[in-house]
Amino acid sequence: MTRLWANALKTYLAVTLAFLYLPIAVMVLMAFNQSPLYKLPMVWDTVWFERLVDNDRLLTAAAHSIVLALANTAVATALGTMAAFAFARYQFRGKTVMQILLFPPITIPWLIIGTSMLVLFFWIGIGRGLHSLLLGHVALSIPYVVVVVGARLKTFGPVYEEAAATLGAAPWQRFWRISAPLMAPGVIAAALFAFAVSFDQFVISYFLAPPGWTTLPVEIYSAIRKGFTPEINAISSIIIFVSMGLMLIFARLYRFGGER
Amino acid sequence: MSVVEIDRVEKHYGSVAALAGVSLTFADGEFFGLLGPSGSGKTTLLRAIAGFVDPDAGVIRLDGRDIGHTPVHKREIGMVFQNYALFPHMSVFDNIAFGLSVRGQPSQDIKRRVGEMLALVRLSGMEKRTPRQLSGGQQQRIALARALVTRPRLLLLDEPLGALDKRLRQQMQIELKQIQREVGITTIFVTHDQEEALTLSDRIAIFDEGKVVQAGNPHAVYERPATAFAANFLGDANFFEGKVLGPGRVAAAEGEIATEDPLTAAGASVMLAVRPEKISLVRPDAPVTPGNRLEGRMGQAVYSGMSTIYKVTVADRELTVFAQNRSGQDFAPGDAVRLEWSPSHSVVVQP
Repeated sequence: MTRLWANALKTYLAVTLAFLYLPIAVMVLMAFNQSPLYKLPMVWDTVWFERLVDNDRLLTAAAHSIVLALANTAVATALGTMAAFAFARYQFRGKTVMQILLFPPITIPWLIIGTSMLVLFFWIGIGRGLHSLLLGHVALSIPYVVVVVGARLKTFGPVYEEAAATLGAAPWQRFWRISAPLMAPGVIAAALFAFAVSFDQFVISYFLAPPGWTTLPVEIYSAIRKGFTPEINAISSIIIFVSMGLMLIFARLYRFGGER
Repeated sequence: MSVVEIDRVEKHYGSVAALAGVSLTFADGEFFGLLGPSGSGKTTLLRAIAGFVDPDAGVIRLDGRDIGHTPVHKREIGMVFQNYALFPHMSVFDNIAFGLSVRGQPSQDIKRRVGEMLALVRLSGMEKRTPRQLSGGQQQRIALARALVTRPRLLLLDEPLGALDKRLRQQMQIELKQIQREVGITTIFVTHDQEEALTLSDRIAIFDEGKVVQAGNPHAVYERPATAFAANFLGDANFFEGKVLGPGRVAAAEGEIATEDPLTAAGASVMLAVRPEKISLVRPDAPVTPGNRLEGRMGQAVYSGMSTIYKVTVADRELTVFAQNRSGQDFAPGDAVRLEWSPSHSVVVQP
């Protein structure tokens, strides 16, 4: 009975995973299929990856996405880490309210956030552009950074910083020699998260980017509207491998984080 | 080395007084124990001396200088935390070296000093270990070495041995006292373990509800408790409530009790405390000795080899008697017995 139950659970898990990964697997396979019309049997070829090299639009968009994501990661991680540190180590008026207000942006649909940002940015006169695009991405990423770094900070109390203080360490020495190395795994995980949030972002990039300047998700979207080519499969496959790699690093760091 | 004066220090959290006007002086080179139940204010006082708690009123002086506005890192204190707080991302060497390194000392001096400290706590050769690779006792000694390496003016210990098992704790008590003597540093420590306080301290202070109930050397505080709380918290006590009959005589419900303590005017209410080990148990037919005598009936007995704790019913009240296993004599429950003790052991206490 127990064994039957265990087997049923295993099958269920396998079906679920298949459901999640089958579309991705098919896409990756088709990226290597020579036929542009997905004809079977498969003929292995890297022609679509080769074609990518000449597709300036996709490559430019990919470069834009990477630069934007890196800038977002730097700004959001720095600001979010400081906020998380303040939440974890200091008492101040309105702290609870501010902490609670961090969460709704995670659940509010991006379409609505994007629209309201567009409205706000035009209202205050900064309009669309790279500056408002970065602002939008940072605003979206900060809650994730605060949550991830905050979780790490919860694993060790202020006692190490206190011990350092009794040993004569000034506040900046305490931060750089004690707090910073202890929260590093959380900060790296948060940075990966911020990178992923920005790199995957479609709606806000679509709304706020300056005319003629596109990010990869936006470019893929418009390419699909014109007609689907296996080049999209090829670049999507590359993105999948990169982001899965990042998430595996994230999971590993995060486990380390919870261990202490 | 240093003298610390605590002058009418107060700290309130909302309506709760963690420190309700505490005044104490810690003498140069003294090993001073702050003892009390949790929430009695002893830890708050220690953290106020360290600089983590900002008193609402009162002054803390280190060698005559008010340190109220000196930040923690400039107070020149060493502190050992309850769970040691060894930096988990640093080796034993880097942990001990930390205090010297933040002061920008040359690396050769640091190396020499760390070596000296490791020798002091008898853990030479452990430099490369990480805190996780150390046993509880070793962590404790490294934390002590780290706190002493900067030659602080004052050593603060927060439940220093609380995380160790009993045997190791006894061993570390001796070692801790030895190291403190060797270094000669004024040391203030917090504990809720009465035995630890008695063993380690030159003087102790008993805390209750943010106040110092009694301070003095362990012998004086144990033998002459000032209040019922002090008598009960440090050791055990039997209490007798009654009215003063005349000089040295008190009428209690259990019978007349003699004391050598000065008493107030006749007719006033008074409370006496008698330690369980000051009372002797004899058979009713034994020859009478001078002093206090009460007749009772034997109740439960808890035998622990070296000694036995007896519960004896006297006039419907249960008293506790602690007897060393000297004669091997035994009483059975229900036996009639006589309790005897010297009047000098009936201590007048505040209720």
